[in-house]
Amino acid sequence: MMSHENHGDEDASGYADLRESRDEMESLALDDSSNGPASSSSLTDRQSRRTAFNSILEPPSYAEAIFTSFDSSSSNGFHRNQNLPPRPDPFSHSDFLRIWVSDPRKEQELAANSLVPGGTTYYTYLITTRTNLPEYGGPGSEFSVRRRFKDVVTLSDRLSESYRGFFVPIRPDKSLVDSQVMQMGQFVEQRRSALEKYLNRLASHPAVQKSEELRVFLVVKGKLPLAKSIDVASRMLDGAVRLPKQLLGDAAAAAAATVEASQATQPARGGRDLLRMLRELKQSVANDWGRVKPLVVEEDKEFLERKEWLVEFEHHLSNISKEAETLVKAQQDTGETMGELGLAFVKLTNFETEEAILDSQRVRATDMKNLATAAVKASRLYRELNAQTVKHLDKLHEYLGVMLAANGAFSDRSSALLTVQTLSSDLVSLQSRIEKLEAASSKIFGGDRSRMRKIEDLKETARVTEDAKSCAVREYERIKDNNRDELERFDKERHIDFMDMLKGFVLNQVTPRRWQMRGRISQRKLSDMLEMAAENFGFELLFS
Amino acid sequence: MITVQRSVSGSSQSPRSPSSQPFLSVSVTDPVKLGNGVQAYISYRVITKTNFPEYQGPEKIVIRRYSDFVWLRDRLFEKYKGIFIPPLPEKSAVEKFRFSAEFIEMRRQALDIFVNRIASHQELQQSEDLRTFLQADEEMMERLRSHETGIFKKKPADLMQIFKDVQSRVSDVVLGKEKPVEESNPEYEKLKNYVFELENHLAEAQKHAYRLVKRHRELGQSLSDFGKAAKLLGACEGNALGKAFSELGAKSETLSIKLQKEAHQLLMSFEEPLKDYVRAVQSIKATIAERANAFRQQCELAETIKLKEINLDKLMLTRSDKVGEAEIEYKELKAASEEATNRFETIVRLMNEEIVRFQEQKTVDMGIAFHEFAKGQARLANGIADAWRSLLPKLEVCSS
Repeated sequence: MMSHENHGDEDASGYADLRESRDEMESLALDDSSNGPASSSSLTDRQSRRTAFNSILEPPSYAEAIFTSFDSSSSNGFHRNQNLPPRPDPFSHSDFLRIWVSDPRKEQELAANSLVPGGTTYYTYLITTRTNLPEYGGPGSEFSVRRRFKDVVTLSDRLSESYRGFFVPIRPDKSLVDSQVMQMGQFVEQRRSALEKYLNRLASHPAVQKSEELRVFLVVKGKLPLAKSIDVASRMLDGAVRLPKQLLGDAAAAAAATVEASQATQPARGGRDLLRMLRELKQSVANDWGRVKPLVVEEDKEFLERKEWLVEFEHHLSNISKEAETLVKAQQDTGETMGELGLAFVKLTNFETEEAILDSQRVRATDMKNLATAAVKASRLYRELNAQTVKHLDKLHEYLGVMLAANGAFSDRSSALLTVQTLSSDLVSLQSRIEKLEAASSKIFGGDRSRMRKIEDLKETARVTEDAKSCAVREYERIKDNNRDELERFDKERHIDFMDMLKGFVLNQVTPRRWQMRGRISQRKLSDMLEMAAENFGFELLFS
Repeated sequence: MITVQRSVSGSSQSPRSPSSQPFLSVSVTDPVKLGNGVQAYISYRVITKTNFPEYQGPEKIVIRRYSDFVWLRDRLFEKYKGIFIPPLPEKSAVEKFRFSAEFIEMRRQALDIFVNRIASHQELQQSEDLRTFLQADEEMMERLRSHETGIFKKKPADLMQIFKDVQSRVSDVVLGKEKPVEESNPEYEKLKNYVFELENHLAEAQKHAYRLVKRHRELGQSLSDFGKAAKLLGACEGNALGKAFSELGAKSETLSIKLQKEAHQLLMSFEEPLKDYVRAVQSIKATIAERANAFRQQCELAETIKLKEINLDKLMLTRSDKVGEAEIEYKELKAASEEATNRFETIVRLMNEEIVRFQEQKTVDMGIAFHEFAKGQARLANGIADAWRSLLPKLEVCSS
């Protein structure tokens, strides 16, 4: 989704599955061959302009490197050997990480407590990873594990905890959306595809890519050794999972932080955090009702403006995504109806030919046949046009997912802020209680032992709260930084992705892939042919 | 024989030949909506230019409505059995209320084609009813129109009803002791089968053609909506990317217009001719029914005459006084029988000529329609490609 600079990123786009890659491969290879060496040269030459587009549009995918040797078409091979420009080896990239999801298998969950044998069934998927990352063992590393969807949910939850403030990609839904009704096989395939896309998005996120949680998920065979959520105690004690580095800074700080304090760096969840949730809820209500102005507020004006803009952006993006869907459907329908028309005329032709008594009928039958051929070819054209259109406009849909991730990042920020606010007001109320007690006890000569103890306790609590607050503030600042970095990254990558999408979409409309593949038909020649065909009523040329 | 100038369907051009050549040229124009609510109807201006001596003058303009055309068609159908009367556009009681501009234009075009086909048919153009239609003033027309519907019980517009009558009469005969009276002409059988099957195939093709028109419209609409959405997103984005989206949106909207135009063209010059073809085939079916009628009448009379002959002989032998009566009856029947035979044979002869003429005309008509289809699609494909192509340099600018 978020791609790196130009054709350096082999397949950060990586959600094409194997089949798709093969198609792409065929057309890719021919694109290059027909366009000659890539150059950023004079834009007067249409051919080279297209080349420049193509090299941005379709970065060589890893799959191409695999399937190159499988291509049997001789002419293709000839062209490719001749003109293929030197391409950077995908393997040589140090941040290459690509994932495939395949081979869904049904498995039994043994119900341990049940008296009746058998249990629920679930599906597992084979997760194959190829990477150059040093964390995974360096260049040429490959791993295969079996995972079920529950594991993915766990991974996703853990990542949200560890990467607060980042635009962490959203995982696929647990259940079917809305009114979708489908067979199990269809559902499994849909899930498999969605998982692949999701995992590759994680892989191409610069921060998440390096995460331990992801590595464990992809590499460790057998049961997934990730706890469902961070139990603070186990975090400290459990050596199996390395603490996320970014969370506690250096080792000294880690040692110093108390359990309480580090708890403050996580959002409140149920169970042990119930009390804290209640306190934060009280705080947020107080904020909303405005009776007490929170001690710490969101001050970053730039951020607030950005956020507002993003709301508007999301609205427009959602709108255009919907219209894109309608457009694709309309193109598809037109192609289908064109095909049906062609078939109807084929039937007519056969009928007229059979029943022909007069010459005029035979002439008409020939005309009808030509029309039928033209219509059927036009229908195929629409279908191809559409397949490509879908690929390009899908980018819009993808970015809606990014917006969801952004919303997650912003809510991380506000919940961190809420924590800070809660702790601040706790601190204030503690201090005022201390003051009151101190004032009261100072009136008693010699002090009041119980009261003194109380004051000591409160002061101790205040100290702990102070520490917690510092932790919370640090966390809040960290999340703010993450937000800012991610917003910058979002801007840059969005710009590139959308420009590529627009160019790809337009280019596709000008000369559909199939004709790009042929190579020998230039755009000018094509329109000439169409003109000629119409004039001479020679349908064969029309759409060939 | 008077040589007639064959006017091209749907056009109303003035005759090209010098004025000494006989010509009859008609055009149906200027549809105007009159009346209110349920009573509303469309009136058309019918302009006739001719140098036929039977006509009142070189030019005449009258106002006619749809039911007047129906009257003309029915009269011709009655008088010129055997000839394929050109078809009329459907009555459509429902669409009438909406009276969209497109519907009106389609109807006008079809009516224009109708009259011109009559005017360029060797026999039909001589018809007195045609002259009445083209020249009579509006009150006279109205009288004729209501006279027609009043006296004759059968609904003039319903050709299928006529055919059904024939069918039921045939089945009556079957239920009676006689076997159905049908021609035993294998060539004619083949023709009948051809006509019936042709209608099915054509109807299907026309259905898809109409759907294709709709698809073009839907695609146009979706391009327009997509364009608007792109422009909005562009405005939100701002800077170079925003400009790119705006340009895309604008181009998309332009294409939408192109598509709507092409959809209209497709409707008028491809789908409508196909529909016209279907109607024409239905008109042939009506003529087939008429021929069956005439054949049956001829057979019935022949049967009756045989009986009468036997009876007459019997009477002559017994020297009955009824001989005179019977002889007169017999002579009348003989005359009627000859007439019926003539009628039938005329129909057969005319049909044979008509079929050839029809097939030739249809090949020409369809050839034109298919050519228009190809041209239209090529034009559209080129237009789309050109439009998008012109966008590429702008996108280049935006991304640099």
